[in-house]
Formats: sequence, C-alpha cells, structure tokens
Amino acid sequence: MVDRRHLLALIPIPFLVLAQAELLASVLSGGTGLLLLCLVIGLRVLVWWGHREWAHRAAERTRARLREAFLRSPGTKAGEVATLVTRGVHDVTPYVVGYLPQQILAVAVPLAVVIRLAFADLTAALTILATLPLIPIFGALVGAHTRERTARQWDALATLGGHFLDVVKGIGTLRAFGRAEAQSTTVRRLAAQHMTETMSALRVAFLSAFVLELVATMSVAMVAVPVGLRLLDGGVPLYTALLVLFLAPEAFLPLRAAGAQYHASAQGREVLAKVPARTETTGQAPPDLAQAEIVFENVSVRSLRNFSLRVQPGERIALVGPSGAGKSTILGLLLGFVRPDDGRVLVGGVDLQEIDHRKWLEALSWVPQRPTLVPANLSSGEQQRVALANALDRRQAALFLLDEPTAHLDAETEALVLKATRDFTQGRTAVIVAHRPTLLNEVDRVVTV
Amino acid sequence: MKLAILVGTLAELAGVGLTATATWLIMRAAEHPPMQALTVAIVAVRTLALAKGALRYLERLASHKTVLSEAVELRGRVYDDLAHRRHIPSGTALTRIVTNVDQRLDAKLRTTLPWITAALVGAVVTVASGFSLPLIAGLLINLALLPWLAIRTPQDLTPLRAKLTEQTTELVHSKEELIAYGLFDERLHAATRTAKELSRKERTRDLTPLAIAVQFGAALLMLAQHEPAWLIMAAIATFEITVPLAALTRPSQEPTDEPEPACSTETPDLQGRTAIVGPSGAGKTTLLNALAHRLEPSKGALADAHVFHTTVRTNVLLAKPDATQEELDRAAEITELDLDWDQVVGERGEEISGGQRQRLILTRSVLANPEVLLLDEPTEGLDPEQADRVLSKVLDHCQGTALVVTHRTEQLALFDHVRHRGPISHEHVGRVG
Repeated sequence: MVDRRHLLALIPIPFLVLAQAELLASVLSGGTGLLLLCLVIGLRVLVWWGHREWAHRAAERTRARLREAFLRSPGTKAGEVATLVTRGVHDVTPYVVGYLPQQILAVAVPLAVVIRLAFADLTAALTILATLPLIPIFGALVGAHTRERTARQWDALATLGGHFLDVVKGIGTLRAFGRAEAQSTTVRRLAAQHMTETMSALRVAFLSAFVLELVATMSVAMVAVPVGLRLLDGGVPLYTALLVLFLAPEAFLPLRAAGAQYHASAQGREVLAKVPARTETTGQAPPDLAQAEIVFENVSVRSLRNFSLRVQPGERIALVGPSGAGKSTILGLLLGFVRPDDGRVLVGGVDLQEIDHRKWLEALSWVPQRPTLVPANLSSGEQQRVALANALDRRQAALFLLDEPTAHLDAETEALVLKATRDFTQGRTAVIVAHRPTLLNEVDRVVTV
Repeated sequence: MKLAILVGTLAELAGVGLTATATWLIMRAAEHPPMQALTVAIVAVRTLALAKGALRYLERLASHKTVLSEAVELRGRVYDDLAHRRHIPSGTALTRIVTNVDQRLDAKLRTTLPWITAALVGAVVTVASGFSLPLIAGLLINLALLPWLAIRTPQDLTPLRAKLTEQTTELVHSKEELIAYGLFDERLHAATRTAKELSRKERTRDLTPLAIAVQFGAALLMLAQHEPAWLIMAAIATFEITVPLAALTRPSQEPTDEPEPACSTETPDLQGRTAIVGPSGAGKTTLLNALAHRLEPSKGALADAHVFHTTVRTNVLLAKPDATQEELDRAAEITELDLDWDQVVGERGEEISGGQRQRLILTRSVLANPEVLLLDEPTEGLDPEQADRVLSKVLDHCQGTALVVTHRTEQLALFDHVRHRGPISHEHVGRVG
C-alpha cells in the first residue's frame, strides 16, 4: 500500500554527513579543504532536494491507493469513509515523507558516526554508543503509554470536532425554533472540553519528545566537556576534538527527528491500520434474468426477520409496508450492497454473493429513494424524474429496482411516469417500493413487508 | 501567546548557546589556558543542555494551549455571527466556514509562532555576532524572502481543491449509484488525476533545499572571512531554526460568500389551513423558505430541518426545552413516532429510516406548536394510509395557521384553502421516457 521507492535517495546521506564534519574540522583547525567543503555541501543540498521530490511523489501515489481502497471497501458508513478519504488520507503524508526516511536515517547515520569515531576517539565513541540506546528505550516506554491515548483521542476529537460542524449545519433548524442563541453556550462549553481533552493528551504525548531531547543534549555535553579537558592536557589534537564535537550531535539528530516524526505520523499510522483487506470480487457470471428465478431464503438483516420471497422471471412486484419495515433493505440486498446476516438470496439457484458484482450490476437498473447523481439545482421531484429517466434508459437491464419512483411528483407527472415505467419494464422483472396506491395497478403482485 | 513566544525563543537560544559554548570551549582548550579559564564554559554547557529540553517541552504546551483557547473563542464567535445573520448560508458554505476556522488555528500554530520565534533568535544572534554581513543576508533570505515565496499565491489553487472535494464527496455519497451504473472507476480516476495535479502544484512551493543552501552558504562565507569558530557554529544552529519556514503553506481560506436569494414578494394569506400544490419545479419550496425567513423565529417555522447527531429526545426537545415526558409522548403519539427516546440518530440521521426521520421532524414541529406551521412534503416516505392519518392528526392539533406543500390529492380535503402554484409548462411535462 505504501510507496517506498524514495528511500533509495537516502543512500549517500551518511557519507556526506561524515565528509562534511571532517572537512569543517579540518578548515577550522587551520587545515585545507574549503573548496571540497563547498562541493560536499552542494551535494548534500542536491541529494536532499532529489529526495524531497521523490518523497512527495511517493506520498501522492500512496494517497491515491488509500483513497481507492477506502472507497471500494464495502459496508463502511458514508460519514466514516468521508473522513478517511479526506483528512485521513491527508494525514498519511507525514508518514511517507517524514517518518519512513527518518527511520532509515536513524539507523544508518548513528552507525556511520560511531564507526568513524571509534577510529578517532574511542572514549567519545563508547559514550555515544552507551547513550544512543537510551533514546529508543525511553521512546518505546513513553510511546507505549501514549499509543492507547492517541487512539482514544482520535475518536474523542472526532466526536467533539464533529459537534461544531453538526451545530453549524443545523443552524437553520435551531433558528426556526428560536434555540440558536441558547446553543451558543453549548458550542463554547464543548470547545472548552475539546481543549481540556487535547491538552491532557498532549502533556503525555510531548513527554516522549522531551525525554529524547534531553538525552540528546546531555550526551553532547557529556562528549564535549571531557574531550575539551583531554585537549587541554594535550591528549588529543584539535582536529579530533572538533570532529568529535561535530559528529556527536549528528548521531542523535536523526533519532530525535524520528521521534518527532513518529509523533507527527501517529494519525497517519492509525489511518493505515484501517486499510481494509482486499477482497477479490471475481465471481461467477450472473444467470440470465429472463430465465432465472430470484429467491429470498429466510433472510435476516437490519429490520428484516426471516424474510422469504420468490420472484418469477418477468414478474413485476410492488413492496408495500410501514416505513422502517425494510423495503429499501430488500432492494439493497438485490443490489448486493447489503449482505444478509442470516439466510441467502439466490438468483437462478446461485447465491448472489458468489456472482461477480460488477457483471450483476450491469444486468440491472436502479432508482434510489433519494437520487444524488443528478444536478443538485433541480427540485427533488425533478431529480427523481431525471434519475428515473436514466434508469429506464438502460436497455440491457433485465431487472428494475425502483424505490418510490413517484415520490415528490404531482398527480399529472405521476401519471406520465407510470406510463413510461409500464412501457419500459414490459416483459422484464421489476421490484418496486410503493407508497402510493396508483403504482399498485402497474404490478402483477403486491408483497407486504 | 506571549508566554509561548518567550519560552520558545529561550528554548531555541539555549540550543544555539549550547553549540556556541561547546565550540568555544574546544577552541579555547586548544590554546592550553589554565583550567579555571574553562570552568564557566563547562558549567554553561551542562546547564544549557538541561534547559533546552525543559524549555522546549514547556513551549510546546504553551503554544498548543494558546491556539486551543483561541479555538474556544473563535468557534463561539463564528457561531454567534451565524446565529444573527439575516440569511443562513447554504450547507456547502457552512462546511467551508468550519474548515476555515480550523485552518486559521492550524496556521497560527505552524506558521505564525515558529516564524516569530525564529525571527527573535535571529535578531539576538545577529547582535551577538557584531552584525556579521553574511549572517544578516542569510537570515533576511530565510526569514523573509523564502517564506514569502512559499506562501505567496502565484496561482490560486482553490478551484482545484474545490474540484477535488466535489469529486470525493460524489464518490462517497453516491458510491452505490455510481457502482450500480458502472461509473465508479471512471470517476475515481478523474479524482485521482485532480489530486495528482494539486499535489504537483503544492510541491513546487517547498523551498527547503534552498533554505539549506543559504544556511551553509552563509556559514562558508563566514568561514572565508575568518570569523571565530563558535560564531560560525552558532550561525549554522540559528539557520537550522529557519529552514522549516521555507516549506510554510498558507491554507487558502475558502470563499463563503454567496448571493442572497431573491425574496419573492408574493405573500399567501396566512389564515386557516392552506395546501400548496403544483408541479415539481414550480417553486413551492422556495415560497416556504421565503416565508420562513420573513417570520419571527419565535413564531416557529419548519422549512429547513436538520437532524442532529444526538438522541431522539434531544432532537425533539429543541422545539420546547422544558417539555415534560407527557408532552413528548403526546406529540409522538400524534405523529406515530415509534423510536426509542434515547436512541442516537447517527450522522445526518443515518441510523434511522427515511420515514422515521420525517416523523421525528414532524414531532418536533408538533411539540413547538407554532403560530404558523410550515411543512414541506411532511409525509413523504410514509405509506399512504399512515401519511393521511398523521397529517390529519397534525393539522387537528395545530391551532394557528398551517401551510403545507403536498402532492397527494387525497389529502386536500383536510385543508381550508388550496393554492395551485405556477402553471404547468410543457418543459416540465413529459420529459421522462
């Protein structure tokens, strides 16, 4: 899922870090190498630029893959998917651009530094070698403590953050009931609660950064002071002392950065953990609907309980019943968007779940209760008619699923729509959710849900 | 805000001071002075090493606290402003208002505070350097030029962002329809193309490599000028703070202004019970909305009904917060609302059926019992028998004026007046099939 190709651009970095420190120490201790230093620094900028470019491309590829995976995953709630494909996918960027490269550098650079220092000044190398492991150990300890809180915080913040949007979106309703001003205190109270929750989570989360920072700065002090004293006694040359001074922070820097990136990419990692497993949807070809009988066998899901129904090929059926009885759920089952908790839906004797979903959908035509795939500037009645016209226009369709096709229509338009429906569904199977009695004259059988 | 800036500046100065003092210590030791000459520097190195971490921790907390307290105030103010506006913005504009609030706070934390801190540290180090020219030039570039180049908007990316939002929203909310009509893959590819284009345009703004070039370029110049080693190292450490500023982004505020809808001058007689009928598209809903805007809020009107992500009880109680359980039950009986009072309805009422949502909204207006009751297709989604029964009971309960948009001719007997809205034009008829 995550694109990692940009990590290759990191290979020269440990060598450039060593070369830069060597040359700087040489120049400052009165030696040569200023021109070479300019060259190394130029190279370092170039490598960094190339890496950033690759990293951003990798991030975009990863975001595209994630968007697709979340959008394709069946059965997830629209609200949750909307959050995941917008903010969630965006949160993965720090993980790809920051966290992954720092993970590599946090191993490669300290290793290079310690090996180089072992040849220059063994005491300094050993000091660094002894303190380096403290960073991941402390980091893991604090991280383990904050991990659970981060997960909880994401949920708590989503709820509290969602509240403001919900209230703002419903402001018309609140005003209609004269409640808008009363809600003003609630908005402030929940925002204050949001602040308290976040601060308490941050106090812990920032603790890990604090520990890493402290270990790193203290180790520099622990290396610099003794090397200075040994230099005073003439134990080491100036060049070596400067090299130790410049390389010691380089050993800790990537580890600290990795710690910061770990924190910054926490939400991105949460999002990656939610990536659904790929489900292969290649099933059988759907049976010919002109011959195949559709059977609901003791289906239970949502409000439906042990629902059974047989639909003959070419039969037109109206579903009636009180609202909330599960009429739209039956259409959802036929579309394959709803899966039965219990029981089966068979088409020509084959379980619908075994049938290739894409090919199955190609064989049917559907008008939802509230069509959305039509321009929003139409009135709801007009939207309904445009959706119906699109649905009836699918000439290859052998099964029509219409969810209240004449809702929002006046009597005259309804009559026209009914005539069109009658003409187009002639001889083909149709399941129609109906509230209005006029529709019932158009079907072969009425089923009460 | 001031505390966050002060602590942040001190933390960064501690870091720069640590590098400078440690370098000075080494260079001085090379001259083999007496031990006492180094004592102060040794103590300073250890103290600064401790202080930096502690100050950084405090700075992080202070800056987040500043921004979050501002969120409380800003959200409150934005809400109050909306509550007093004459015209309520559309759903899209409302979403954008919320996004803008979040972005403004985020910008403060990630743009304003780091910039001020870096500028203050830069100023202190400049004075300490005795106004070294390469240092001043480099700081001007990294503190002013590069951030300005990074956040300036040579090309307005708002339309592209809006396009991506629109494409994503369609993919999420019309997913089943798109899949059913075999359009999903095509729309997904279109959205991916937009995202890719947006990402490419955003990427060109990242000037970090330039900032690093300036950092070391200035240091090399200082080296060539034979500045002392401690100052060169202090300069490198100071520039380190300015490097992230080259990747600053200023999130563009999304436009939230929209033209006010034209108010219809037509005022239907507000007497008794009136049914508004007419073909779809004749402006029935527009008429109701226009009326709702003109009425005093307290007189109660229902045109734009939002179901809040909370319990059924809280949603209904909006209409009359001091209502007793008996009053609630009576209202629910009139509208035949069969939901548990403590059930949570879910985002946009996703957890309940279309008919249940409709009856919940109706229950609310029954409980409000306003002087003028405005209902827009109140029984759509209910089965015909229940629809007629519920509307009849609701109208019986209503003591004031009622204006109802309906399509069911069977219901017209319940009204005193029937207004036919708009002529049936040929454009509106016979387009289906």
